Amino acid sequence: MAKIIVVTSGKGGVGKTTTSAAIATGLAMRGYKTVVIDFDVGLRNLDLVMGCERRVVYDFVNVINEESNLKQALIKDKRIANLFVLPASQTRDKEALTKEGVGRVLEELRESFDYIVCDSPAGIEKGALMALYYADEAIIVTNPEISSVRDSDRILGILQSKSIRAEQDLEPVKEYLLLSRYDPERVNRGEMLSVGDVEEILAIPLLGVIPESKAVLKASNQGIPVIHDAESDAGQAYADSVDRFLGKDLPHRFLEVQKKGLLKRMFGG
Amino acid sequence: MSFFEIFKNTKKDASASMAKERLQIIVAHERATRDGPDYLPALQRDILEVVRRYISINPEDVAVNFDSLDDYAILELNVTLPETAPAQE
Repeated sequence: MAKIIVVTSGKGGVGKTTTSAAIATGLAMRGYKTVVIDFDVGLRNLDLVMGCERRVVYDFVNVINEESNLKQALIKDKRIANLFVLPASQTRDKEALTKEGVGRVLEELRESFDYIVCDSPAGIEKGALMALYYADEAIIVTNPEISSVRDSDRILGILQSKSIRAEQDLEPVKEYLLLSRYDPERVNRGEMLSVGDVEEILAIPLLGVIPESKAVLKASNQGIPVIHDAESDAGQAYADSVDRFLGKDLPHRFLEVQKKGLLKRMFGG
Repeated sequence: MSFFEIFKNTKKDASASMAKERLQIIVAHERATRDGPDYLPALQRDILEVVRRYISINPEDVAVNFDSLDDYAILELNVTLPETAPAQE
């Protein structure tokens, strides 16, 4: 029986799609059969980040409307076995995502997958509500910045009241904090909220801290999820996060300023 | 930090602590209204209106809190009266 994970945040541009792609790829790399679904109807982008944009034929809404079956719509990843992408529809209206339709597709996916990763759109409209409704676990992507933290808290409230687990009085959705775009140097200068600050305010377990990294833009430019870039700090931080998600107890890395050479320290840069 | 930045007082513009403080306040406020029943904002407005018939107070002088415990709930009303409340006869 598959676990449904929603990657959500409330605020846009914090790294939900980057995270969905990295976490789903990481789970598949570790041998779990994983599908990642784009819930952002009308603003499809997961396909670009996963590098499969030219192979989209059918989409999530086609499957919901029974215009195609799941097998036709699922795109098999070129790099990792056991990894599939279900793209969002680009043209249809947002009302296409119904509770019944989404539920039916997720039920069918549950039969053959270990993990279903739902990439939520920003906001708290229909698409975002549908992405989190059936979730067993939630990864809240947050930037160390006030509007992002506030929106994350709002999304936590919605998870606790509007998910199927809340409605049916089941065990609550398991929540994890993933802090992204973290810059230890700015934290040291007192210009940026620290991991501790954000943890204290949101009060949910910390899954990982992804440092601000050039590797993220490079990865999306290339359409290769950043977790493949094992040399990069962001890639390693995502790999750690996946291992923690699977129960490993790892120390958090990249929280301190990387040591610079003497010249750099004297003249900046 | 570069050599030249040593001379700047960097702690002076430590805005992160300000961000944290503001967040703690707004998040606590939003949680209080989020977890309560839907009628709380309307109740707060009505109380404000009634109290205003007698004393002049501001909207922020009325605090309504709702706490839900295992088998009972507490509705807490706090009205801060101005120090020199002119009693209206």
